[in-house]
Amino acid sequence: MSVAPAEVEVERPEAGEDVVPDTPWVTIVWNDPVNLMSYVTYVFQKVFGYAKPRAEKLMLDVHHKGKAVVSSGTRESMERDAEILHGYGLWATVSHDR
Amino acid sequence: MSDPGEYGGAPEIAEEIMAGFRRTTRGVAARFTSGQAGILRNLVAQVAELVGGPGAAEQPPAGGPAEPGEAADKELPLDLPELLGTDGPAAPPEDPVLARLFPDAYGNDPEAAEEFRRYTEQGLRSGKVAAARTVLATLPSEGGRVRLSAGDAEAWLRSLNDVRLALGVLLGINEDYEHEFGELDPEDPREAYLHVYDWLTFLQETLVRALR
Repeated sequence: MSVAPAEVEVERPEAGEDVVPDTPWVTIVWNDPVNLMSYVTYVFQKVFGYAKPRAEKLMLDVHHKGKAVVSSGTRESMERDAEILHGYGLWATVSHDR
Repeated sequence: MSDPGEYGGAPEIAEEIMAGFRRTTRGVAARFTSGQAGILRNLVAQVAELVGGPGAAEQPPAGGPAEPGEAADKELPLDLPELLGTDGPAAPPEDPVLARLFPDAYGNDPEAAEEFRRYTEQGLRSGKVAAARTVLATLPSEGGRVRLSAGDAEAWLRSLNDVRLALGVLLGINEDYEHEFGELDPEDPREAYLHVYDWLTFLQETLVRALR
């Protein structure tokens, strides 16, 4: 399992939006030997609406680095993402990005 | 209807069986022999019962939720929390297959992991049982051609994945399994399951590709 730091994409508030003081939470997907690369890409596209190149890059990060941050935001929304990913059989965890 | 022996003179049908899922003008489709259908139905039903309890693989009665009594008992493991409005379990399942299907969502915070599990596991179990039931409802036990709507195909993807995850745990599949298992004794009981696992991998791969 790689210890390479996971790529973190922080959602920046748009101009005019209230700045949220909390540091974001992230959903991490971990590599496993059963889930197919094509299926993981499909799930990222389906669940997050990511375009195929972005979904594929995330899938390859999971595959090569052992894990990847796939979404970030509030704790509640990250738990929702993890729940959906568990529904697809992906191994997802939630953690506080600090 | 789908004994492979019957297809001796029909190479296009034999080819269809070998091809896995393909995109057609009316959804994705695949053809199964009765043997393949039997194996897949058996594994899907087993995972459904492991996840949802005894009877989970059976279709609910057409008239809606079961009345209290004998019929309801069969559905109890699935419907009890919904009926009573209780929370799900807090502890991770002891069964290694269930532990993989319902992993901890917090790696180093057992309290948060318990909380997450309490609020999600029952719904996740219901979802996996529903996907399994879709496969059982769309795959005739005698095999033949299966054509799937987009929604059914999604359920098939999830269910095939659940079965592969379960077999993966039971067989000890790792990144190098093809190399390691290449040295299996032909008498090893895992040998037959490994072939099934590889076939399901192929089937899921063709289904993902057909959906794109």
